Amino acid sequence: MPKIEVMNGNKAAAVGAALSRPGIIAAYPITPQTPLVEYLTQFCADGIIDSTMSEVESELSAMSVLTGASLAGSRTFTATSSQGLSLMYEPYFRASTLRLPVVMAIANREMISPQTLWGGPQDALTVRDAGWLQIYVEDNQEILDMMIQAFRIAEDKRVLLPINICYDGFYLSHMAEKVVIPDQEEVDAFLPPYRPEHILLDPEKPMAVDPLTNGYLLTEYRYKHMQAQQNALTVIEEIDREFAERFGRSHGGLVEAYRCDDCDAIMVTMGSMTGAAREAVDAARDDGKKIGLLKIRTVRPFPKNKVFELLKGVKAFGVVDRNVSFGWNTGIVYQEIRASLYQNNTVIPSVPFVGGLGGEDLTMEHFLVAIDGIYHAAASGDYEPATQWLNKEV
Amino acid sequence: MKFNSDYLVPIGCEGIYEINTGKWRTKKPVLDREKCSRCGLCFLYCPVFSIEKRGKEYEITYDYCKGCGICARECPKGAIKMVPEEEI
Repeated sequence: MPKIEVMNGNKAAAVGAALSRPGIIAAYPITPQTPLVEYLTQFCADGIIDSTMSEVESELSAMSVLTGASLAGSRTFTATSSQGLSLMYEPYFRASTLRLPVVMAIANREMISPQTLWGGPQDALTVRDAGWLQIYVEDNQEILDMMIQAFRIAEDKRVLLPINICYDGFYLSHMAEKVVIPDQEEVDAFLPPYRPEHILLDPEKPMAVDPLTNGYLLTEYRYKHMQAQQNALTVIEEIDREFAERFGRSHGGLVEAYRCDDCDAIMVTMGSMTGAAREAVDAARDDGKKIGLLKIRTVRPFPKNKVFELLKGVKAFGVVDRNVSFGWNTGIVYQEIRASLYQNNTVIPSVPFVGGLGGEDLTMEHFLVAIDGIYHAAASGDYEPATQWLNKEV
Repeated sequence: MKFNSDYLVPIGCEGIYEINTGKWRTKKPVLDREKCSRCGLCFLYCPVFSIEKRGKEYEITYDYCKGCGICARECPKGAIKMVPEEEI
């Protein structure tokens, strides 16, 4: 029987990772991910899991240890936040371009400066082009479930790429809620052991890895890497469906569309803010506005066609970003959505919103203001509106 | 895309062997056997193992020699000359 426990997001991540039986875990504690490392270290010390815990001296080491371990055929797990992720930048790239299916939880934390430690996905979104798969989740159950799914997605022969499961620092990492813990036997049936064939350090079959390589071969590896990202669009949805059949919970695959069937405008969100946004959409519906909500789950690969299909018919849309793209004067997700719509001469009025930076709360009031802004854009036909900032005083 | 590689990731059976670093050379070391005393200093100093000992003789191989000139500088007999590639 599956157990039910009230737990915070970090514990959900730790339990999900533990159920996936990683061979090696290497992680360095950083707020707000720290309790996750503590839980996993405790699980190892208590013999609850049969993994090697490598207590490294930095995040750079953590990722490097896992690079070697994954090359040697081990299932590998790590977790970090913000500056920790920045410190991994070099081995972060190497893991993806060596096609190593490492799973990394990211308790998203705002980037400096000013000094901050609260939630926000600026850390992970900034490295979205480093070749990893990135999935952003909304609640603690989704964290646990996605840890298990992440290994399946990453290790799929059509994909073979590392993956980030990203959850908002503090909003999820330190918030406790009800989480169903699946049975180990069921997880084992869903997630077979990792058996690499594409690359493996094995004394029986000696292989030198990552030599100096000419551009024409590098181009081929990039091409195959890009194809693998596109394959992941199918694999993520397939595995979501298979998970739903076995465990009774679907998280929507690439995106989650809420009340979009009969809508005339759409608000786009990502991560934990979606809960409040859903409430705001319900309230606006009661007010007679036919607004829908689109939650982006997968940022890499970006579900361009899904987004296009959902947005092509609306009068206007808006994107609430808890991050910025310096030099674009909008958030990052807004940019990605706009780029997805450049098909079939589709031109839709839209509004970029930026709010909740540095872990500030995004309340229902903010989302109601955003919904008003979206309908204003629809009425005025404004295609290039300035970013609307959802700050303390809106 | 037409592939030259059957692999997903760069591994040693391709990659470095595809790179003829000797093409980077602008000057080529040329050994004068008349002057050579077979002391082996060039063999010891070559940073990329491009000088081989065959029997009693030393031979320069050019696949990976980038023309750094260390052998010519270290040769006590002045038996190695660096010759611009275009003159050969």
